[in-house]
Amino acid sequence: MAFESLTDKLQNVFKNLRGKGRLTEADVKAALKEVKMALLEADVNFKVVKQFVKAVEERAVGADVMNGLNPGQMVIKIVNEEMVSLMGSETTEIQFQPGKSITVIMMCGLQGAGKTTTAAKIAGKLKQKGKKSLLVACDVYRPAAIKQLQVNGEKQDVEVFSMGDQISPVDIAKAAFAHAEKNGHNVVILDTAGRLHIDEDMMKELAQIKDAVTVHQTLLVVDAMTGQDAVNVAKEFDEKVGLDGVVLSKMDGDSRGGAALSIKAVTGKPILYIGMGEKLSELEQFYPDRMASRILGMGDVLSLIDKAQANLDIDEDKSKEMASRMKKGAFDFDDYLESMKQMKKMGGLSSILGMMPGMGAKMGDIESMVDDKKLARMEAIVLSMTPAERKNPKLLNPSRKNRIARGCGQDISQVNRFVKQFEQSQKMMKQMPGMMGGKKGRGMFGGMGGGKFPF
Amino acid sequence: MENEKKSFFGRLKEGLSKTRDNIVNGIDSVFNGASEIDADFYEELEENLIMGDIGVNATDSIIERLKAAVKEKHVKEPSACRQLLIDGIREQMQVGETAYDFEQKQSVILVIGVNGVGKTTSVGKLAGKLKDQGRKVILAAADTFRAAAGEQLTEWANRAGVEIIGGAEGSDPASVIYDAVNAAKARKADVLLCDTAGRLHNKKNLMDELKKMNRIIEQEFPNAHRENLIVLDGTTGQNALQQAREFGEVTNLTGIILTKMDGTAKGGIAVAIQSELHVPVKYIGVGEQIEDLQKFDPDQFVNALFDIEDGTEENI
Repeated sequence: MAFESLTDKLQNVFKNLRGKGRLTEADVKAALKEVKMALLEADVNFKVVKQFVKAVEERAVGADVMNGLNPGQMVIKIVNEEMVSLMGSETTEIQFQPGKSITVIMMCGLQGAGKTTTAAKIAGKLKQKGKKSLLVACDVYRPAAIKQLQVNGEKQDVEVFSMGDQISPVDIAKAAFAHAEKNGHNVVILDTAGRLHIDEDMMKELAQIKDAVTVHQTLLVVDAMTGQDAVNVAKEFDEKVGLDGVVLSKMDGDSRGGAALSIKAVTGKPILYIGMGEKLSELEQFYPDRMASRILGMGDVLSLIDKAQANLDIDEDKSKEMASRMKKGAFDFDDYLESMKQMKKMGGLSSILGMMPGMGAKMGDIESMVDDKKLARMEAIVLSMTPAERKNPKLLNPSRKNRIARGCGQDISQVNRFVKQFEQSQKMMKQMPGMMGGKKGRGMFGGMGGGKFPF
Repeated sequence: MENEKKSFFGRLKEGLSKTRDNIVNGIDSVFNGASEIDADFYEELEENLIMGDIGVNATDSIIERLKAAVKEKHVKEPSACRQLLIDGIREQMQVGETAYDFEQKQSVILVIGVNGVGKTTSVGKLAGKLKDQGRKVILAAADTFRAAAGEQLTEWANRAGVEIIGGAEGSDPASVIYDAVNAAKARKADVLLCDTAGRLHNKKNLMDELKKMNRIIEQEFPNAHRENLIVLDGTTGQNALQQAREFGEVTNLTGIILTKMDGTAKGGIAVAIQSELHVPVKYIGVGEQIEDLQKFDPDQFVNALFDIEDGTEENI
């Protein structure tokens, strides 16, 4: 069962109200009932939902419906704005100590939230920014936790400090700080054991670490799938240990991540990063506006656009050129390769589709259709062509195709099918030149044009 | 049984309960606060159920059923209504009689779930329990992805005193399963317990990998009793339903291990899963020690869900 997006639902509520000038109380109440459901389905805490809906109601009743919007969209707009403002209007970064002073970051959270993985991810991210981090293994309880940090640290090429599992985490933290001072590290990241927020002794341990060394940033790592209990967890950690920020992990799943809103509402602490996968590079900046639309079930279109812009290194000219060639139907295999390259940078086709509105929950079906592996096989076919063949697809005759098939280790029938589909899409592009005419998203559509190819 | 019961609640009471009581508001406040069964009463009840992660849909159907029962039995008192509600959920959460048959048979238990729910820990605990029952257990460390997962399971294997079959980090988990199945057959093990890597249910490649493991067990060990347990984090919200649904597409789920139930989360999503997918909770995890994995008891679960003092269940 895929989530019906909130936009669709509200469209239904308001289908008889097109073109009304002002939102009446009845309209708003009807719409907010759907909003409330959507938020609860997204795991936003019940009490937070209540407060939120009340705030929106106060603002929305009597509000003018803006030109070009229908009442449903107007409510969405207000809901979205309120949510963004609640979630913090801008992105926040980790604050570093000035000059050469050491910034100490402490990770904490429940068991299995993803602290160790996140710690290593942050270390890697800071390394890109020129920081020299020291990862510190303070989890002396879970079997093999130290080893996990060591392996991850090695992968990130970041030094890991550990003293085995017989020393108290407080002493480890102290020794690690001394070690960092001596060896010129400017960031110390303490990876602590997972603990329950109601386990007094374990919570005290975190406070003791903070007493022993000056911790500048205490980060709570929270699983994005957390349910109603997220408020309790965040509140207890904030009260007993003191939080400076939050990292939401496992955001690459299909949960709506309502916990983000709950946590922000009860602690007021900013969400800094989101974990987007198991690979150590997959840690992204948190954008409140995007999170708002995800919780509301409106897809993450903004993230997609941003990803496209950040990752496409082809310059404007090149993409213009490609688009114009597409229009003429002169698109060749080199262009195909280029589009594939762009797509891969954006995390593969499945990752792109996952961010489209309404697609998230249906990813299973779509992924089976547009398997990234299949694309890799097609790429192999192109890579087995000579430069001349890539420039001029018409050159391909049976003997050349046979050679290509041998070269890429695939059956001749697959090569034939690919070439045929390629020719068809060439024709298709010629027929609809209007498609590539977008202003802003040209780079992206250029890239997505490749996606029009045979799957 | 009496002993287990005590330790379950005992554990919650020890040290944890003080803070816990400050946080959770039991359902009794709803029943004690209401003087009659009216719309406000139902609304408050609904709030309580949703706060327990039961979810909007399952909550609606519970309330509807309750309303029907109240009408049918002409219940007037909120306290009588309370019993109807509790009985209804308890009945729904009953574990079938054959649920633990695998303990007596030659069986393969495949433990699956998303990342960080406590699969490896649950496998370790389950191994300890089965070993204590005198079963010969072999562990398969088929999480070859996460750094040091093998080491973590090896530590559990040592604690439980059972054998373990593993593979190098990065190797094909299906080949570990293959080796383990053959080892289990050759060494005449009673139970082969397979730990797998955490995988998000929306990742096709990883789910395909799981399919392959499942197929290998089917092909290589067709006579074995199969038990496919999904591990769900008790703090997870509505997404757990999606997890159960997607994992259920890949393997035939026979039960749930509901972990991290020693916190303040209620694990109410298990009610939604039971009512929609009919997968019973078989075990419940309440701590990090070997004895902290317990067979599921619907009475205890419902009491914990509604934070009913244990005084009531002693009368049962």
